Amino acid sequence: MANLKTTEKKTKSQSMGMHTEVLTGRTQQKFFNPDEAENFFYFGTYDVDFNKRTELDVNEMTAPEANKEIDNLMSQGYGTIVIKNPQGKHSLGVGILNKLNLIFEGSLGYFGMGSCDGPTVRINGRVGWSCAENLMAGKVVIEKNAGSCFGAAIRGGDLICKGSVGARTGIDMKGGTIIIGGDAGAFTGFMMQRGRIIILGDVGINLGDSMYDGTIFIGGKISSFGSDAVTADLTNSDQDWLKRKLKVAEIGEKFDVSKMTKIVAGKKLWNYDNLEPTEKKGAI
Amino acid sequence: MCGIAGLIHRGKSSNVGSELQGMLQALKHRGEDSTGYALYGDTDGKNFIMRFKVGENVGEGSSSIVEDVSVYDERKKIVDQYLSELGAKIIKEERVLPYSLRYEIVYETKDLLKFSQKIESIPGVEILSMGKSLEVIKDLGNAKMVCDRYDLDKVVGTHAIGHARMATESGVDIKSAHPFWGYPFSDVSVVHNGQLTNYWNNRRLLENKGMRFMSECDSELIAVYIAQKMREGASLEEGMKASLTGLDGVFTYFVATIDSLGMAKDTMAAKPLVLYESDDLVAMGSEEIAIRSILPQEIDTYDPFDGEVKVWQI
Repeated sequence: MANLKTTEKKTKSQSMGMHTEVLTGRTQQKFFNPDEAENFFYFGTYDVDFNKRTELDVNEMTAPEANKEIDNLMSQGYGTIVIKNPQGKHSLGVGILNKLNLIFEGSLGYFGMGSCDGPTVRINGRVGWSCAENLMAGKVVIEKNAGSCFGAAIRGGDLICKGSVGARTGIDMKGGTIIIGGDAGAFTGFMMQRGRIIILGDVGINLGDSMYDGTIFIGGKISSFGSDAVTADLTNSDQDWLKRKLKVAEIGEKFDVSKMTKIVAGKKLWNYDNLEPTEKKGAI
Repeated sequence: MCGIAGLIHRGKSSNVGSELQGMLQALKHRGEDSTGYALYGDTDGKNFIMRFKVGENVGEGSSSIVEDVSVYDERKKIVDQYLSELGAKIIKEERVLPYSLRYEIVYETKDLLKFSQKIESIPGVEILSMGKSLEVIKDLGNAKMVCDRYDLDKVVGTHAIGHARMATESGVDIKSAHPFWGYPFSDVSVVHNGQLTNYWNNRRLLENKGMRFMSECDSELIAVYIAQKMREGASLEEGMKASLTGLDGVFTYFVATIDSLGMAKDTMAAKPLVLYESDDLVAMGSEEIAIRSILPQEIDTYDPFDGEVKVWQI
């Protein structure tokens, strides 16, 4: 059941009789009842055993065929799947909403690992544009380089590229952490809303352009700052967090995090109010 | 959305026709309105090869006006007459298709501007390429269709660039298809993925300097822009670097000359490019699958950064 609360406190629109409930943003939440456990089902998830391992050669498969076969293997309880010969195909590994060890022996094309929630993925190659877009949870490690829009709109999880990435890394991200071992291109963190980006190398022009919130840490040179991106003090807790993250990411453990530059939103572009759309209408 | 691909073998020749066909066919989902090849074949370098058309492909999907085939013959006759008047001698003549021809000619004069202006003064005639090694072949359809139609898979050479086109801002016809010849420079060709937003301003400027445009495709501007820079004394690389600020919009493009291949990416890095570089081969394309079509083994590839220009020699 939706958890809609009522309150005595009246907003402007409520006093105008336009609505009576306070929207909490959790209207889709379901609450677990042990007595009804068998009725709860989360689409696309399976009980898998990480010790149950198999290999899948996708050389002669299309991306939909390969993704369907991954789903089929998970349904059989395989918790570790090694994908052979991905050959730069697009959209491999998308939509996995399960705990899973997934290993790609090769490179992926566009939108690899898009819209995933939970898997731990290692890609022993390069990835194309929009890798792990909309990642909600899990960990994706890329051993080589990545294309543009890396981690676009991710909401959670750790996305790690040991090489360099293209432009617009972390565009519109809403959570999670992106860690880059090499350099990053232009517009890194463009319009990011939450989350953290760590770049150990250099970054291109317009870093953090129009970022709403979130934090970017840069280890190398910054070509230029974007609109409303400003530097902030690197605190001790920032440094502790950076060390922990770099260790977990198997990358730059010996990197001197004390010399990193921290970038946040200047919040000069913020132009929000707390009115709901219906309230705005009423106000007009 | 269009797809571009290019490769250059350093220190050796290879079957570039077949290789480029594989790369472009892998990109056919990015557009198959037309496909074009700029192949730098192995020749003795003595004579010019002129690829030209006397009409359009008016087949299915074409936006061209249907013409009676007899006008092609008339145009060809005038081309032959003008070549004679210009002092050019036809050594070998191939009529690949009713509207598409390949001439091997002896022409001693270095300035191709007047030559091209005279030939292209014939309505409906366009020189697709002129060079000692370069041959531009472009037509409607995907890479395999064009390759089969023109028998390109046996072409041996050092380097090549190509384009799979999804027509957006100009017609589905050969004149708007890539690659574009870097008129009036021998052996210069260009392919482009993106949109240029200061096309008309630049076009008017360049036309005032005597340069010609055969289509209204914005990509043609790059070829003419680079050619004009080279006319003014710039090197290929200098011309390409100037284009990063001179051309406005989003673009990734390749330029090839008789002995080099270059790439440029706009300062927004809005268009994709994946690059593989080794001592004896450079291969690049809009997507990794283009490179994988000729290098299926595991290799290291990367995306060039914004505002990057690179040039390789054979």
